Amino acid sequence: MSIGELSRALGGGVVIGLAAALLLIANGRIAGVSGVIGRVWTSADREWRIAFVAGLLAGGLVLSFVAPGVFGAPVTSSLLQLTLAGVLVGVGTQLANGCTSGHGVCGIGRGSLRSIVATLSFIFAGAVAVALANGRIL
Amino acid sequence: MRAFVAAISGVLFALGLGLSGMTDPRNVAAFLDVFGAWSPALAFVMGGALAVYASAFRFAKKRGEPILDGKLHLPSERRITGRLVAGALLFGVGWGLSGYCPGPAIVSIGAFSLSTAGLLAFTAAMVSSAWIVRAVERSLARRSERRRSEAQEVGLRTRERAGAHV
Repeated sequence: MSIGELSRALGGGVVIGLAAALLLIANGRIAGVSGVIGRVWTSADREWRIAFVAGLLAGGLVLSFVAPGVFGAPVTSSLLQLTLAGVLVGVGTQLANGCTSGHGVCGIGRGSLRSIVATLSFIFAGAVAVALANGRIL
Repeated sequence: MRAFVAAISGVLFALGLGLSGMTDPRNVAAFLDVFGAWSPALAFVMGGALAVYASAFRFAKKRGEPILDGKLHLPSERRITGRLVAGALLFGVGWGLSGYCPGPAIVSIGAFSLSTAGLLAFTAAMVSSAWIVRAVERSLARRSERRRSEAQEVGLRTRERAGAHV
């Protein structure tokens, strides 16, 4: 890992942390993407959720003009595998009440034991899935 | 005003993801590829975010009330449940198979001119299955609520009748 990659990773992380901090300090809300999406219609307070998702989409649009290189192709071209992966991510994050942002950043940042357990679990499962998919084990 | 701040937070979040390189599924897969060409980048992303957020949380807690809301909306659940671990494991498998978690997927959809068929298939499956889980949960919660209030009513009537006999 080069110094450039390392500082981009750290710097990007700091910006993500600032974004989540803003939502917490101003609105008192957790910047967990799966939670925001899961309850975007059903919750009574849907305005901020819709606005947050719109912000994510707008940010992506801006990036596509100023830094199109940050977007890469999915790790597989198999539509079946990607659809299955989408279902697993959709169902799994709703059952676990959080994803990389909600548990990995906001939850661990609060010192939540639940979030530490969830984060270790999804990193472990992800590592096993990648090892199997790449034929590293078995 | 709350919606405006949420939108700003969303844009900032997306830019952070882009800067960190986590909008490229190959970088995520490289972090999870512990037996192959492992890259620690994602750990640095989380570390940077956590350093900022942990201090922000302490500040918010000390302040007590958010600027634009009456209270902090924090999760109340403390228990480590099978549901939590099972959900996290399922999510992890999907994350590893695609290199996408919810944030980067939504941000990549926003960069729609660069979207691939695979990204669209992933995101459509992710969002619709998340909504199905929430809808099923709501209907289960409503049903058990109805059953509880029925049971309470029956109990009340039985007690009234018993009282009348005394």
